[in-house]
Amino acid sequence: MHYTFDIERGNFTDAGQASSSVKRTLKQLGVDPANIKRTVVALFEAEINAVAHAYGGKIDVDIDGEKIVMVVADEGPGIPNLDLAMQEGWSTASAKVREMGYGAGMGLPNIKKNTDDLKIDTKVGVGTTVTMTVYLT
Amino acid sequence: MTVKEIIEKLDLQCLNEANLDTEVTGAYASDLLSDVMGNARSGQMWITMQTHKNVTAIASLKDIPAVIIVKNGVPDEDMLEHAKDEDICILVSKEATFEVCGKLWELIK
Repeated sequence: MHYTFDIERGNFTDAGQASSSVKRTLKQLGVDPANIKRTVVALFEAEINAVAHAYGGKIDVDIDGEKIVMVVADEGPGIPNLDLAMQEGWSTASAKVREMGYGAGMGLPNIKKNTDDLKIDTKVGVGTTVTMTVYLT
Repeated sequence: MTVKEIIEKLDLQCLNEANLDTEVTGAYASDLLSDVMGNARSGQMWITMQTHKNVTAIASLKDIPAVIIVKNGVPDEDMLEHAKDEDICILVSKEATFEVCGKLWELIK
């Protein structure tokens, strides 16, 4: 099964719709609740990252009997130092984003903790593609 | 203890009635959304001063039955609408996080 969602820059109001929709689908498929939880935490964080930092993007989710693969690809500033970005507490979020309760530098670490495989391709000035896999078996 | 009993004991204002008979297993207090995303457990209440729609998005994703907004915070219109759609109980306390947590701890520790 394949699902696609658009990401709009700065649109926090609709953030979470992709995660919400994926959660409903996984529930209907009878996926184990622990795996549903991991999946939605990772997808929500990636979605928020793209909304907060990028200029727009796309989410592709593929679900089969063995795994869930989520690809969040954005056009944006890219991540200049990925090692720093993976550190808990490191954030480049704006004041507005921090006021909302984001920007604590926990997004990428949360994604790493909740996925079995995480791949980040990033190019400064071009964008970032985050590929997250959750294995169901 | 159920959400309804907690509303009575903590003298909370209820802005969206939902999950009133749900048994609460604990609570998580934080205004950092990724902290809640990463660490709150389903069935817990969430105590926060955040009042925007992402609160209900996270509550829904994490199966959090009720959110307590502290210090008479006023939830955004779209947050309340979303709470209705997602069946999340929205409660408001006159008190600050410290007092709400203390009282809740006494009730459900």
